[in-house]
Amino acid sequence: MAQNGTSVSIQDLSLSFGVVTVLETLNLDVAEGEFIVLLGPSGCGKSTLLNCIAGLLDVSEGSIFIKGKNVTWEEPKDRGIGMVFQSYALYPQMTVEKNLSFGLRVAGTPKDEIAKRIARAAEILQIEPLLQRKPAALSGGQRQRVAIGRALVRDVDVFLFDEPLSNLDAKLRAELRVEIKLLHRKLQNTMIYVTHDQIEAMTLADRIAVMKGGVIQQLDAPQTIYNRPVNRFVAGFLGSPAMNFIDGQAETGATAAFKTGNVSIPLARYAFDAAGNSSGPCVFGIRPEHVALGEAANAMPFAIDAAVEIVEPMGSDTLVWTKLGGQNFSFRVEAEKTLRNGEPIRIGFDPARASLFDSQSGNRM
Amino acid sequence: MTVGPITAIQPPREAPDQAGVAPFGPKPRRISAGRIGIYAFLVVAALFFLIPVYIMIVTSLKGMPEIRLGHLFNPPGEPTFQPWADAWLHACTGRDCNGLSPGFYNSVKITLPSVIISIICASINGYALTFWPYKGANLLFGLLVFGAFVPYQVVIYPLIIGLSSVGLFASLPGIIIVHTIFGMPILTLLFRNFYAAIPVELFKAARVDGAGFWRIFFYIMLPMSVPITVVAVILQVTGIWNDFLFGIVFAGRSNWPMTVQLNNIVNTTTGVREYNVNMAATILTAAVPLLIYFISGRWFVRGIAAGAVKG
Repeated sequence: MAQNGTSVSIQDLSLSFGVVTVLETLNLDVAEGEFIVLLGPSGCGKSTLLNCIAGLLDVSEGSIFIKGKNVTWEEPKDRGIGMVFQSYALYPQMTVEKNLSFGLRVAGTPKDEIAKRIARAAEILQIEPLLQRKPAALSGGQRQRVAIGRALVRDVDVFLFDEPLSNLDAKLRAELRVEIKLLHRKLQNTMIYVTHDQIEAMTLADRIAVMKGGVIQQLDAPQTIYNRPVNRFVAGFLGSPAMNFIDGQAETGATAAFKTGNVSIPLARYAFDAAGNSSGPCVFGIRPEHVALGEAANAMPFAIDAAVEIVEPMGSDTLVWTKLGGQNFSFRVEAEKTLRNGEPIRIGFDPARASLFDSQSGNRM
Repeated sequence: MTVGPITAIQPPREAPDQAGVAPFGPKPRRISAGRIGIYAFLVVAALFFLIPVYIMIVTSLKGMPEIRLGHLFNPPGEPTFQPWADAWLHACTGRDCNGLSPGFYNSVKITLPSVIISIICASINGYALTFWPYKGANLLFGLLVFGAFVPYQVVIYPLIIGLSSVGLFASLPGIIIVHTIFGMPILTLLFRNFYAAIPVELFKAARVDGAGFWRIFFYIMLPMSVPITVVAVILQVTGIWNDFLFGIVFAGRSNWPMTVQLNNIVNTTTGVREYNVNMAATILTAAVPLLIYFISGRWFVRGIAAGAVKG
């Protein structure tokens, strides 16, 4: 990927409405051509950040640079951005063609240039047959395609997506997700994408910024965030089914171990974070798919006997609930595996794939 | 009513007379006592309002000798449109005997500009208050809505002083200004609430597309405002047409609207009281709002019911 220089740079950005602080001295650099996803629960400030980048909200402090130019005080149209909204926000009284050309007509673009750009956008998004229709006569997926086209015709440097797929049904969402990824590969534009859907974030992003309470918790490649979350919030937010969390105590020394009830998990293979604690009350986290069953469990550095409590078949695989050290614990097995309730089983995992979080701060240990 | 757990799952009481028929398809509808009661009430209510209308119409088509017989409900024996023509052209208001027609034209001259100006101002107000909030916008809106509850009588005297100091008292522009001002609270409220239901993302998208205050208003908001504009037109036309108080105070004798003229015709005390002419004149005056309701009633309901606009 051609990544030369910074496309969008946010420096010490703060935003507060009266006494409520939505964003707090936030810094973020987005590289040219990068696909970055802002991920977080509702109310975390991700959409607010996107509106600040678009120029639809005035910032309280800090500055925003797009393509090296300070655009903090610029109007949205002068920032070189295109935006796609969750509710499509198509102009209901205009045909698709007029919707696409509105921004260009406002800017006074020559007619033949407008026609050329619309033809190109319509071809890329395959909406040529829809050009003369009104938005009300389109399906949800078609509307969102037109909305993307509206950003496309303006030939912008940066695309901003504000939960564009959240109004679509699951099947369409998966289809358009792939299309957006293809579009990014074809255009090589910088894209900033806001979502609360961790699957969208994992599949689309070059880098994910996980946000909570107006602060970026972790900014990294999807795999890193998934495998080495910096704190308990990030660990719990990504992954479905969610990571198992077991409360207990970490002990250091020659035989470093995590203890909960009468279970002791050796931590010799766990890579402690250099900056974090290494002992004291903590939470042990392991993802359901990193747990092995039966013969495979015995080959793991840690294995224990347990009993099946509940089985949740999900089609492609099955989630099994049991107890570990008296606390709820789930793991994944292939769908072919048939387990009965109460059946004794042996489970095991490699603590190297686990995550340990300080009970107090929630930070990675 | 207590229904045991077993009777609860039994079919409804109508079922036995279709013994052996398993429930299938739409449930058969029965006329219940409640339904009959509702219809009876509606018929009575309709008659209550229609009987006076009927009497007005038949009386206006009778000659004076027939009216003197006193058969109020009888249809006209020899129908005549003379009272209508008299009401329009010759009925006397005080000393002038030109009928209602000058009042009609005055009312048109007052209503048309007042409706147009007040709706233009109110739609811009509502749009600005919704999408371009500025410091004190909410306070202004609060004051405006409060204005809807100020009794007219309280402000008449200050308004007379104010208008006469700028030389607009008892003139056509004066009455138009008064109607525009008094339409502002309710119309602004109407438009603001309509625009507040429009997704704000639509406005943001237009901003990103580079449109400014007026372009967003004219190209995007106005085309969507047809239903609410129809509501506003109906409210204003009927309100201003039916107005009596402002007309008699602010319009001046030469611009008196139809309602004032009607009052003068009906209350003229010289000579015989021409009931048929009075009835015809009243129907003529009420015809405009009536017509507006008949033509646009469907739109009225649609506009009031128009909530969120799906884009």
